[in-house]
Amino acid sequence: MNALRRNVLKGAAGAGTVAVAVAAGLLKPTQALADVPRSAFEAKNVGDALKGMGATAPADSKDITIKAPDIAENGAVVPVEVTSGIAGTSAIAILAEKNATPLVADFGLMGGAEGYISTRIKMGQTSLVRAVVTAGGKSYTAAKEVKVTIGGCGG
Amino acid sequence: MHMNRREFLQLLAVAAASGMALDSKSALAGNVPANFYDVPRHGNVSLLHFTDCHAQLLPIWFREPNVNIGVGSALGKAPHLVGQNLLKQYGIKPGSAEAHAFTYLDFTEAAKVYGKVGGFAHLKTLVDKLRAQRPGALLLDGGDTWQGSATSLWTDAQDMVDACIALGVNVMTPHWEATFGADRVQEIVNKDFKKANIDFVAQNIVTNDFGDQVFKPYVMKVMNGVKVAVIGQAFPYTPIANPRYMVPDWSFGIRDDSMQKWVDEARAKGAQVVVVLSHNGMDVDLKMASRVTGIDAIFGGHTHDGVPQPVQVKNAKGITLVTNAGSNGKFLGVMDFDVKGKRVVSYKYRLLPVFSNLLPADRGMDAYIKKVRAPYEKKLNEKLAVSDDFLYRRGNFNGTWDQLIVDALMEVKGADAAFSPGFRWGTTLLPGEDITMERLMDQTAITYPETTLTNMTGETIKSIMEDVCDNLFNADPYYQQGGDMVRVGGIEYTINPNQTIGKRITDMRIKGKPVDAHKTYKVAGWAPVGEGVSGEPIWDVVAGYLRDKKVIKGLKLNEPKIVGIGKSNPGIADYDGVLA
Repeated sequence: MNALRRNVLKGAAGAGTVAVAVAAGLLKPTQALADVPRSAFEAKNVGDALKGMGATAPADSKDITIKAPDIAENGAVVPVEVTSGIAGTSAIAILAEKNATPLVADFGLMGGAEGYISTRIKMGQTSLVRAVVTAGGKSYTAAKEVKVTIGGCGG
Repeated sequence: MHMNRREFLQLLAVAAASGMALDSKSALAGNVPANFYDVPRHGNVSLLHFTDCHAQLLPIWFREPNVNIGVGSALGKAPHLVGQNLLKQYGIKPGSAEAHAFTYLDFTEAAKVYGKVGGFAHLKTLVDKLRAQRPGALLLDGGDTWQGSATSLWTDAQDMVDACIALGVNVMTPHWEATFGADRVQEIVNKDFKKANIDFVAQNIVTNDFGDQVFKPYVMKVMNGVKVAVIGQAFPYTPIANPRYMVPDWSFGIRDDSMQKWVDEARAKGAQVVVVLSHNGMDVDLKMASRVTGIDAIFGGHTHDGVPQPVQVKNAKGITLVTNAGSNGKFLGVMDFDVKGKRVVSYKYRLLPVFSNLLPADRGMDAYIKKVRAPYEKKLNEKLAVSDDFLYRRGNFNGTWDQLIVDALMEVKGADAAFSPGFRWGTTLLPGEDITMERLMDQTAITYPETTLTNMTGETIKSIMEDVCDNLFNADPYYQQGGDMVRVGGIEYTINPNQTIGKRITDMRIKGKPVDAHKTYKVAGWAPVGEGVSGEPIWDVVAGYLRDKKVIKGLKLNEPKIVGIGKSNPGIADYDGVLA
């Protein structure tokens, strides 16, 4: 099943929506970091990370959908998809609130790119996974809990 | 000791005459109506369903739980009703055959009256009888079929695969099947099942890399001119509850968004009946039924709940029926739909207990089972010890079988404490019966049986117990994994199921002393989900212990003190521990 496609893409490390978006010129890695100072990624708590991003008090939004497992199958690679239905979305950041450094990624979206990102993040423990969307100079947010468990003992 | 019915009734009379306390309300009727298995056909679409037989080819005993606590919105509702509460809810007469099948009440006495349950030769007779009245009826296998017995483990699941083909299974979805490894599952699906025309469906198993479907998400069948879609839902937390390394490339999860997509697609393609064959567990199914629209019925398993009638769940576009068909081959669900004007207009459901004494063995299946067991009979029948105690596993907290296992682990390994997984499978043994190798394997036959001895701090012990407890008592069913609480040896504790993770377990004691968070304890366990663990298989450890003891009696249940659920919670009765 799709063996050819799999083999073709196997070499491209981390191939996925983001890599494709970079290749298509929709997303510039430099741009992604340009707006967010390094300090935000090094911040040890959510408050400092948000401050570093310049998004101190983002408004809760129902137009942001986070797709992530309720319980992670592997905390080292938790698949997370964020879709923003907010017009003019220019950046989507992901924070794993209880990670030692909560800000995991910040994607800048250029020139009318769809407000959608898909990636995998590492989580040390059960935590809210928060998305922060920037649109029209304002910040919006939504969160979903992802549980990281020791496993075993099922049915 | 095995009495026939007449002997037992005589004994009852003698006991009553000699002043032994026999509650008249619970006195056993002992007789089963002759028409017990006459189930008139209703409508034009019929689905037969069994689940979680755990590879029990022969009739066995299986005691239902006396502790099955519901939390959050599940409080006091099916499947969290035990004993008299369940009988009242479903209008089942105390002392009747059905009361024996659906509850733990008077188990050891009633077992002698009504006999063993399940067994594929008896199940085959029942399936054929129902099918004869229901042309085109489909037989659905909800999974946990290939694992749970010595012979399934020793034949690499082949005994069950061939038995299911002979039984006439049409559609299946998995859970423990995955613990034979992804390659073995694929081999069976692509060879044995393909040849036998059995559809293996799972909408929620996709590849890790691209999210491609690994198996068909659903199958469309035509029954008496009606298009019926059966969507598969595998156990969502297989790579968490069982070893990840056995299915390294597959991702599971609940995925109700894709469930909705497949329901809609099936409807668009003309399905007049859409059902889900699910291994979610009943609480998860109930939540899913409230969120996904367009499903007529969910045939559920995993949590081993014998629920006599479906729960009707309202959602945005209608009602979905949710069933759960028990375990160990004890029950067969019979759903009849009347489909008119391209939709289901009515239904009739029965969850039939499979009493092996009332259903003659199918000769072909009986011969097959004898043949497949023959090379192993000597090993299976080895008598390890006699049990004076009543040995059972099922219930939210320690059962006597697990108590025996943790006691053996602690003694053999020289441990301060022991853990045993909260599995819900495993047969029951009546007092006075022999503990054979086969009965021990019923409790332990898994593909990762290694035992371990680990140094753990008090803090680690607590965090493990809290973690497992949250998988059982999280108020949101989507975070429940469907097992019971981890069984403990040597650890006393208090539990509040209605608390949140980190706060449910208090007052932990080991050997009577409060557990010190920083002290190190030696903890024995088995069934490691991590890769590369070595250790003597659990059955060898326990078999050695049993051969040494010869007689098992006076097991002291390590049950926790339960607080915060009220004293009249309908999910608990006849509790041996403290309920405060």
